[in-house]
Amino acid sequence: MSKRKSKDAHLPVGECITQLQEILRKRLCHQQLPDRPEGVEAQHKHLLELLKRTAVHGESNSVLIVGPRGAGKTMLLKCVLRDLLEETEAQTNLLQVHLNGLLQTNDRIALQEITRQLHLENVVGDKVFGSFAENLAFLLEALKKGDRSSSRPVLFVLDEFDLFAHHKNQTLLYNLLDVSQSAQAPIAVVGTTCRLDVLELLEKRVKSRFSHRQIHLLNNPTFTQYLERVQTQLSLSDDFPDNKFSRDWNASIETLCEDKSVAEVLQRHFNSSKDFRSMHMLLMLCLSRVSAAKPAIRPADLLEASKMCFADAKANMLHGLSILELCLIIAMKHLNDVYEGEPFNLQMVHNEFKKFLQRKSNSMYNFEQPVIMKAFEHLQQLEMIRPVDSSVVKTQREYRLMRLMLDHSQVMEALQKYPQCPTDVKQWAMSAFG
Amino acid sequence: MKYFTRLRVRRVYKWRGAPLSFNRKLKTCEYGSLDISVEGLPRITVIKTGEHILIEGDDEDNPYVAKVIRLFGDENGKQKKAVVQWFVRVSEVPLSKLKLLGREPHPQEIFYYQGRSCDDEVDAESILRTVEVKHLDGAAPFPDSDDRGTLYVKLSWDSKTFKAVESEPAPASSCSPPPCPKPSLPPSPPCSPPAAAPASRGPARRALPTPDLAVMRRAATGEVRYCRATMSAGNAATAEAESMHSVTKRSASKCLSAKRRGISARTPGIRKKLELSSPEKKSMISEDLMSQLLDEELKSEVMLAQRLSLSPPQAVPLKHSLTPLRKNHRAPTAQGSFPLKPSAVVLNKMSLSEMNGSPSSARLDSTRATTPSQKWEPKTLKEPALGMLAEADNETSPMLPVIATPRSSKRKSAQLVSSRIRKQLNLLENQQDLNSDGEEEDEFVLSKKELQSSSDDDDEEEEAGLDSDEEVVVKKGRNAAAATSKQRTRSLTRTPRKTPKKKITPGTPRTPCRATPSIPSRSRPARLPANVLEEARTRLHVSSVPESLPCREQEFQDIYSFVESKIVDGTGGCMYISGVPGTGKTATVHEVMRCLQHAADVDEIPPFHFIEINGMKMTDPHQAYVQVLQKLTGQKSTADHAAALLEKRFSNPAPRKETTVLLVDELDLLWTRKQNVMYNLFDWPTRRHARLVVLTIANTMDLPERIMINRVASRLGLTRMSFQPYSFKQLQQIIMSRLNKVKAFEEDALQLVSRKVAALSGDARRCLDICRRATEICEHSSADSHSTGLVGMSHVMEALNEMFSSAYITAIKCASVQEQLFLRAVIAEFRRLGLEEATFQQVFVQHQALCRVEGLQPASVSEGLAVCQRLGACRLLLLEPSRLGVLQRVRLNVSQDDVLYALKAD
Repeated sequence: MSKRKSKDAHLPVGECITQLQEILRKRLCHQQLPDRPEGVEAQHKHLLELLKRTAVHGESNSVLIVGPRGAGKTMLLKCVLRDLLEETEAQTNLLQVHLNGLLQTNDRIALQEITRQLHLENVVGDKVFGSFAENLAFLLEALKKGDRSSSRPVLFVLDEFDLFAHHKNQTLLYNLLDVSQSAQAPIAVVGTTCRLDVLELLEKRVKSRFSHRQIHLLNNPTFTQYLERVQTQLSLSDDFPDNKFSRDWNASIETLCEDKSVAEVLQRHFNSSKDFRSMHMLLMLCLSRVSAAKPAIRPADLLEASKMCFADAKANMLHGLSILELCLIIAMKHLNDVYEGEPFNLQMVHNEFKKFLQRKSNSMYNFEQPVIMKAFEHLQQLEMIRPVDSSVVKTQREYRLMRLMLDHSQVMEALQKYPQCPTDVKQWAMSAFG
Repeated sequence: MKYFTRLRVRRVYKWRGAPLSFNRKLKTCEYGSLDISVEGLPRITVIKTGEHILIEGDDEDNPYVAKVIRLFGDENGKQKKAVVQWFVRVSEVPLSKLKLLGREPHPQEIFYYQGRSCDDEVDAESILRTVEVKHLDGAAPFPDSDDRGTLYVKLSWDSKTFKAVESEPAPASSCSPPPCPKPSLPPSPPCSPPAAAPASRGPARRALPTPDLAVMRRAATGEVRYCRATMSAGNAATAEAESMHSVTKRSASKCLSAKRRGISARTPGIRKKLELSSPEKKSMISEDLMSQLLDEELKSEVMLAQRLSLSPPQAVPLKHSLTPLRKNHRAPTAQGSFPLKPSAVVLNKMSLSEMNGSPSSARLDSTRATTPSQKWEPKTLKEPALGMLAEADNETSPMLPVIATPRSSKRKSAQLVSSRIRKQLNLLENQQDLNSDGEEEDEFVLSKKELQSSSDDDDEEEEAGLDSDEEVVVKKGRNAAAATSKQRTRSLTRTPRKTPKKKITPGTPRTPCRATPSIPSRSRPARLPANVLEEARTRLHVSSVPESLPCREQEFQDIYSFVESKIVDGTGGCMYISGVPGTGKTATVHEVMRCLQHAADVDEIPPFHFIEINGMKMTDPHQAYVQVLQKLTGQKSTADHAAALLEKRFSNPAPRKETTVLLVDELDLLWTRKQNVMYNLFDWPTRRHARLVVLTIANTMDLPERIMINRVASRLGLTRMSFQPYSFKQLQQIIMSRLNKVKAFEEDALQLVSRKVAALSGDARRCLDICRRATEICEHSSADSHSTGLVGMSHVMEALNEMFSSAYITAIKCASVQEQLFLRAVIAEFRRLGLEEATFQQVFVQHQALCRVEGLQPASVSEGLAVCQRLGACRLLLLEPSRLGVLQRVRLNVSQDDVLYALKAD
């Protein structure tokens, strides 16, 4: 779609929308790094200097980037690496090893991955993946061989650093940090984690070898910054092929952000989480509603998207239950009220349900025991209820103790919205006396 | 009742014949030969001086190789000793030094040992049998014979370097028949004690153009042993007595200190003096000269000339290394001179002819071998004549010890001839002298066969491995193939071999251990520090090795004297070193080892072997055995096998073992349920022959009491040392010494850092890290505004804050409104319940109430759960697994006060 013949070329609206969505989706889904890190300049400089020293001077370092999820730890690291590799001196020297605590779940796998990423396996053919012990000795020997001035510096990036601390004896961490504190091959160990107490996880010897450099990423934007961010994220830049469309779009975004209801919705999101990722999620939902027939985001779209974001998952599931299952849930709620959250079993629930039926004296909901059992099991599968102690299988199914996994508010909310809910059931649910 | 045990067979050792001489002062008798018979078997092996023997060692498959120089015992014949010249097997040379060889060692290769750390006096009862040893020319290839029992000498080894041994012809390497004096030598006086003299320590006689015959004779007959350098030829008699005295004294003191058995100490303190007064090198030179002179006397100047011409590149310095061979060959000639023994007559005859033949036959051999290759062109005029002589000799005496001289047998034919002659020789020997060596294999039928076969197997295995490795090298050279091709080549090389190699399995290739992994080297050189701050930062890095370790002088001294005394005494022991991380335990031990190594290099103390293992650097406690074995011998094996081998190594007597110093770092990780790893590590040093010093390092002072069972703790002993955390003054001193006059810090700033760290942990690493960070901060701030350029208080304060302040409060301050509300709800619920724990459901009720109070729209359960999970991920809250949903229990990970403080502040 190279339609850049002239600046004022008018593209068909459909075409524009497609391009718009492509650009914005790329932006919102983190496929593009920002040109410069916002709000974390100091940290960026610190990390860049540190890694530069490793790459250029051959100084070993270790550092942890700590911050809550969505704070931009990986973004920061990627930005730093991008800036670092712009320098040819660093580019030609630096070797990188990327590990993730969720992928390399034990040291054996991690070591194999390191060997693979360092291309050391070529040295000895496939034999390096012999035993774990052999592998460790091999890698340590490799790192020991090098020294500060002659060997290439290696950058170890450990994503989810805290998970590495759960490996047996913390062998990998000890050895990496030990290398970083001794005159061996220069390495930089960069860990990213969201746990603030990560240092307490380290064993004392490992801890002593860690340099205790922590870069905290605790972004604390104000609401106005948050709003600005929304606007910039949605605005189109000047190099959009169709100038007129982009002008219109930007104007519509501006009016959108000035809208009272939109501000309210965004405020609520901001209150809930300052994380930009959740905001991007919201904007994505809005963006997918834009079409050729409706080439702008309207406040109503945002409201609806926000509703979707805040929707209660369990309450939504309740809407899909049958009347019988709903009745069982209500019976459980009453049992919970009566017994103050004590666990119950099928028989109790059934009795409660029977009481309701007797009062109403109609046989509309008169079900056989097996049917009720089946409905009960279905609820268990949906995890509306869960057994108190899953390991005890000896007791008969009817008498297994269960707990309700729903809050009262969720039950009531679901009842309000349940399509064609019988009034007697509704009344039963509202009544205080089961 | 009969016991069926698998113990080794009992051997009975007896002196053969009457003592040759008797030393009245020391009450020792010199003997010419020793009979070894196996209990229950009629046959007897005779060990004579000058023969090569195998001595029981720690590795049954590879017994030690040595050459008998002298045999003696005490009056009543209870103690039997032998003075030997050691040879070192390939496996005994440290792996790191083996690289100096520059080629793959032959599995049957041995090295003439010139080090002095080994006691050359051994218990005669540890002698197993004789062995065939051949001397090879340095350039000659190893013969490809199937004879696994034969060993080859090419080089000498003085525990530091390899030196070439000159291709010394036959008599030096004569194996089975005991050599006799050369015909031209007049018979020595019968009264002279035939102490097998490797050399006289006479003054350097290089200048002497013609030998003093009397001295020569005496030297040849081995009268003069360990003579002082000041000894002149004139007063040889007194010198002789003196030397004899000192020799036995020396041996006595050695016996006492090293083995603590037998002869009581006469002058225990003499050891050091003796070592000083008899420098090995000097003696070597004199030996060399002596043999040269002897050769002259024997009218074999030709040989000398030839030898000199043969080795033009290896000129004077190599002379020392050439000597051992001559030493070997001198000793037999000397030993052979005792007359008047009925049993020796036959031998005498035999070796008479042999003596005639041996030098010449070797030459013959060599000429045969080398003439086609045109290598030895610069020959002296007399050479052909000698060759002829040799040929004549060859005709007259068919039992030439040509076996020992395939040094230049590049051609198969030469080898063939030699082996044929050997066979003949053996045959003849068997007929003539039943006691001779050729038959020895048959004698020790029961025990020896086993031993032999196993050792043979081993040899084969080793050889096969090495052979293939050699081939690999060739291959590499040819097509520059990487190590990956090793596997293939090995399998190729294995096929043509005839010998069965059952122990080699294709599944255990040596490739990984042989390969040398390394991080690729950088294309651009590392930049050097540009300014003062960068310089300071480099110096302050933990990895930079300081010139000295300040503040640990006392500990250094203690460890040094402990290890040194153990090395000097040749005993073993354990030491336990404890201290919190970052107090310099490992650094101090390494420093001690560096110093000791230096001392060993300048020969102040006997050489030793330092190996290091780290509990954290292995995957399993039992890997400790594997690593120790690999570092000791270079072998690779499984943990169980390694444990067995080490057990054997440390429990069997091994007279010429170097002391091993083993550093076990992070000892606590070697803990196993049965604690057998720890048990073995501490048990080995207590063995009589182990000569093992174990230094263990761990963090906790009471580790022995806490995790060790009694028998382990008891073996560890009470030699303990604890490294106290550094005080602030010490930390300051450490930084100062590291900075070493680089002025980068203000005085106050340093004091602040050291005081702060000393108060917290006393960890020197922490201290250095903070200082480094402070230099960075200083660098940044000085870029902004002009400042002194020194690291000041403010920079240090900032660094300290960065490292020691907890981020919880900031994290709470930065949290979103809902998150803060949730934390408040948690505290409210805790107060209501009076517990420090609540379920999410309970907290959520509070949360919704708080939302209403704050005028916010109440959150849904899903949203609340998400908030809760986010706080849990940061570990502000401790949560149960999220699959429990609303039922999960919630706890605070921060104190309530902290939360309230953080929430109040804004």
